[in-house]
Amino acid sequence: MLKISKSKLNELFDAVSAKQTLYIPADREAGAAEYRKYEKGMELTSELNTVRSAKDFFFPQTENLADFKIEGKTIEVKDVREECEDFVVFGVRACDARSFTILDKVFLCEPVDSFYKNRRDHGTVVTMACTRPSETCFCQTFGIDPTVPEGDAACFDDGENIFFKANNEKGQKFIDSVASLLEEGDTSKLDEVQAKTKAIMEKLPLAKLSTENFGGDKLNEYFSSDKWAELSQACLGCGTCTFVCPTCQCYDIKDFNTGHGIKRFRCWDSCMYSDFTKMAHGNPRLTQLERFRQRFMHKLVYFPANNDGEFGCVGCGRCLSKCPISMNIVKVMKALEVK
Amino acid sequence: MNNDTLIPKIGVVTDIRQDTPDVKTFRVIAPEGGKVFEHMPGQCAMLSIPGVGEAMFSITSSPTNKEFMEFSIKKCGCLTEWLHAMEVGQQITIRGPYGNAFPVEGDLKGKDLLFIAGGIGLAPLRSVINYVRDNRANYGDVQVIYGSRSKDDLVDYKEIIEEWMADPNIRVDLTIDNPQEGWDGHVGFVPNYVKELAPSTSKTVLVCGPPIMIKFTLAGLKELGFTETQVYTTMELRMKCGVGKCGRCNIGNKYVCKDGPVFRFDQLGELPDEY
Repeated sequence: MLKISKSKLNELFDAVSAKQTLYIPADREAGAAEYRKYEKGMELTSELNTVRSAKDFFFPQTENLADFKIEGKTIEVKDVREECEDFVVFGVRACDARSFTILDKVFLCEPVDSFYKNRRDHGTVVTMACTRPSETCFCQTFGIDPTVPEGDAACFDDGENIFFKANNEKGQKFIDSVASLLEEGDTSKLDEVQAKTKAIMEKLPLAKLSTENFGGDKLNEYFSSDKWAELSQACLGCGTCTFVCPTCQCYDIKDFNTGHGIKRFRCWDSCMYSDFTKMAHGNPRLTQLERFRQRFMHKLVYFPANNDGEFGCVGCGRCLSKCPISMNIVKVMKALEVK
Repeated sequence: MNNDTLIPKIGVVTDIRQDTPDVKTFRVIAPEGGKVFEHMPGQCAMLSIPGVGEAMFSITSSPTNKEFMEFSIKKCGCLTEWLHAMEVGQQITIRGPYGNAFPVEGDLKGKDLLFIAGGIGLAPLRSVINYVRDNRANYGDVQVIYGSRSKDDLVDYKEIIEEWMADPNIRVDLTIDNPQEGWDGHVGFVPNYVKELAPSTSKTVLVCGPPIMIKFTLAGLKELGFTETQVYTTMELRMKCGVGKCGRCNIGNKYVCKDGPVFRFDQLGELPDEY
């Protein structure tokens, strides 16, 4: 397998970023990791994952859908879409890589969302295998192997070297573009690292969490469960879970008057918010119980019902560490489960 | 880049009719003339005044009308206030058509049809009624039961009197909630009127109106011996995209914008009671 010594990784970053925009998970001044546009000398973070997910690359928090110019009674619609430039996202974890295939099911089904597809077509996702999963990790619950991540190309860290493997044509193209910096390497140590990682995974606190009792056919079991009242009681409706979630994709469309015309934006929205479903004549989800239930029913029942059993969660654990009242999908699954 | 459904087209408002004190019907055409797009009865469109908002409205005109589309809109919120303030010649944005349709070329074909509408609920059914009138040979008996708060609140009253009631091939029964000067027709709520009229249970029913009216009408129909598989309705929930992606108009795993808005009551019965 082709590899590069970790000490030379920045040479690879320099080479990639000379041709196209490169994003890597790097530390912010405050310490937490985020995807940042690579600039010479920038180091890969030592954190396991970024605070925000990687969904921004394909589904940004806000984006301009169209512009309007209004003169008297006439309206001009301006298509503001531009062909996106090629870019590379390096160091995506297996959970976030899987989230892209989940978002694909939403945005690439007919009618295709051209804004999303444009970015997806031009972005190359280079993943990084996990070697030290944390106690909030439960990607294995959803059949994800963090030691063999998806993405266009995958990287594997044996402590001293980073190995490269293409998962598709786009990934092969990426590897070919940096081939001059790579050399054939011995993967024996890599197998050891993978075995060690798997041993850690088996001992993780959430290792036994199972989706066995969830899925598209569980509507009646769970919708009217009496557990929702207790589970949702402390929910603040802040929407943090939906914003850090790599698979949450609900959006709002809003207009802004710039003074020189109208800009129409698409922005992330949250089913946890009280006005999400509010209409002039009423609201079908009146209390936080209904909103809270919607989020988890969507991920554990509705989404699999519509997508061949695939769940709307990748077990990244962000909601576990970020919810201000420490409520999360794991607690919901454990409380709800009808065996 | 291909067209994107989220980028709207322009529609020109060529006629505005004040149908009731709070309902206006807007006629919309493409700037170059003709309809902005084709649709089937029951489908909807996203209308917008840029800078104000965008919302989903049922297309009240029949697809057999080849010249224009019509939207009957009740003034009840921010965008509808603005729409009501428009003048003829004003442009709006329009995108669609969205959603499924009443199965006028499927299960409804050859059937005896009973339309039951309350208030602005006539708007989506009017498209079907006029489609059926224009393809009359394809359907059996047609009966319309329509009620509103008052005589003045019957949407499109002129068309009902001058065309539907004058049409020997359809039967129209009107009712208003309370007695009113100048009204010698039936007085009473729609669900009770349906029970009084006791239509034949061989009919296929299409019902639309305020949620409470739909609820009692369905109960009344069941008392008369109708089954849920015979009764269709059309739903309304808050929508942003119209194509099942923005995530807010779902009832269980069904998106009203994409899998609806037309549902049969047996289909609705399988979904959670959250609408």
